[in-house]
Amino acid sequence: MIRFDSVSKAYPSTSRPALNSVSLEVLKGEFVFLVGASGSGKSSFLRLILKEDTPTTGDIHVLGQYLNTLSNRKVPFFRRNLGVVFQDFRLLPNKTVFDNVAFTLQVIGKSRGFIQEAVPDALKMVGLAGKSGRYPHELSGGEQQRVAIARAVVNKPAILLADEPTGNLDPATSAGIMTLLERINLGGTTVLMATHDAGIVDQMKRRVVELSSGQIVRDERQGRYQTQAIPTQAFGREAERIAP
Amino acid sequence: MNFQLIMGEVANGLRRNLSMVISVILVTFISLTFVGAAILLQMQIGQMKGYWYDRAQVAVYLCTNVDTTGNCSQTEASQAQKDAVEAKLTSSALSPYVKKFEFEDHAQAYKNFQAQFSTSPIAGFVTPETLNESFRVNLNNPSDADILIESLSGLAGVQNVEDQRGYLDQIFAVLNTASVTAIGVAVLMLVAAVLLIATTIRLSAFSRRRELGIMRLVGASNRFIQTPFILEGVFSALIGSVLAGLAIVAIVQFFVQGVLTRTLQTTTTLVGLPEALLVVPILIVVGAVLAAASASVAISRYLKV
Repeated sequence: MIRFDSVSKAYPSTSRPALNSVSLEVLKGEFVFLVGASGSGKSSFLRLILKEDTPTTGDIHVLGQYLNTLSNRKVPFFRRNLGVVFQDFRLLPNKTVFDNVAFTLQVIGKSRGFIQEAVPDALKMVGLAGKSGRYPHELSGGEQQRVAIARAVVNKPAILLADEPTGNLDPATSAGIMTLLERINLGGTTVLMATHDAGIVDQMKRRVVELSSGQIVRDERQGRYQTQAIPTQAFGREAERIAP
Repeated sequence: MNFQLIMGEVANGLRRNLSMVISVILVTFISLTFVGAAILLQMQIGQMKGYWYDRAQVAVYLCTNVDTTGNCSQTEASQAQKDAVEAKLTSSALSPYVKKFEFEDHAQAYKNFQAQFSTSPIAGFVTPETLNESFRVNLNNPSDADILIESLSGLAGVQNVEDQRGYLDQIFAVLNTASVTAIGVAVLMLVAAVLLIATTIRLSAFSRRRELGIMRLVGASNRFIQTPFILEGVFSALIGSVLAGLAIVAIVQFFVQGVLTRTLQTTTTLVGLPEALLVVPILIVVGAVLAAASASVAISRYLKV
């Protein structure tokens, strides 16, 4: 699905690379958390998968495509197989919920008939079947994120990339979003989620990849937000749980 | 590709940027009017050259008994001298260049002079004897006049050999300068138009950058993304070029055919509606191509994947 072979990414005018010799493979149907401090390279990682950037060195394969040499002309068609969700939702404020989801299908040239069928399905799946005529500002944050998720999955992508999708949401709403992402994952879609939310990571017990200063420092099956191997200072609820 | 969706985007963009679109229309309108005027002037010059060069002659003026210039010494050119000039014109050296020539004697010259200056008081003072007799030579190729001037100027009894094209060239030089000026103004205005179109499209793209970002993210093809913007630029430039076309037709119809023809009457031929209608499609194509090119350059920054 996604394979990185010693990928490095350096931006001009900075000495330290954003990613430093990262090798990783994500298989079909996996649910992977990408954790790490701000500036650890999570966003660069996601940008490379989307081919918004090209790596300085190393090889990237996504969905059977060798991204290093994928021509600019083919990039749009490659991206149609990926869904993306952001922390700030990125909905179009002057379009209704239905039109926001339909927009992505219109711009890739889907027929009207297909749109009329696929959009209500996607909205139903995220639990917004009754709100297709609303505008984004009339919805709560959680509902807006559901619209964004519906938009990301309406074209049935093989991979869903989520960049801190719960970053702007309260814990209860976040849990709802995570249930939704889990359901999408069960449907066969590979989900790659960058997050800072320790509670969610600990609760889900999925694969965790931790980045630090552009390097993978941990890759655990059924991992937690912080590793159990190296004791570190813990805060808040986490501290209560570790040290009873 | 979804035609309706693209047209909707175009209409949206035009509405949102109305003031910029109007300025694009005005600038293309003015610049293309200058382009059209320059083309028409060139056509006019071409037409006048064709018309007048055919009629322009080389005049070989012969001495009268008052002339002291040239090879004259106040003696009328003798018949022998006239025959010598005629023999030279029909000789194998010059005859290939000469289409035809005719001899204008004192009486004929006097008649022409009286007709030409009938309203001038000078007509009363001139007698036939003071007007030069001359050979009027039509050449196969008017630019060979120098050969004639060179070989005839030295003959006895010849006062002067004159290429009448010299008078015309001054007129053409003035017209040429006018058309070069028009082209210069047109080029400056076109540069302004191109930059303005690029700015307008950038503004339009900036106001829609959220849509553009999402389009790129979900895999809209570059062509799909750029088409509405290019159409937006082309559409506003097209309005401008159609206006310029109308202006050119109006200038030809009302000014050239109306005012100028009445003033100059039949002394020369002027460009007419057929020429103007030839210029209009040129203007429209130039406007559309320039707009499409500048819009696609302007939008390319938003297409980087």
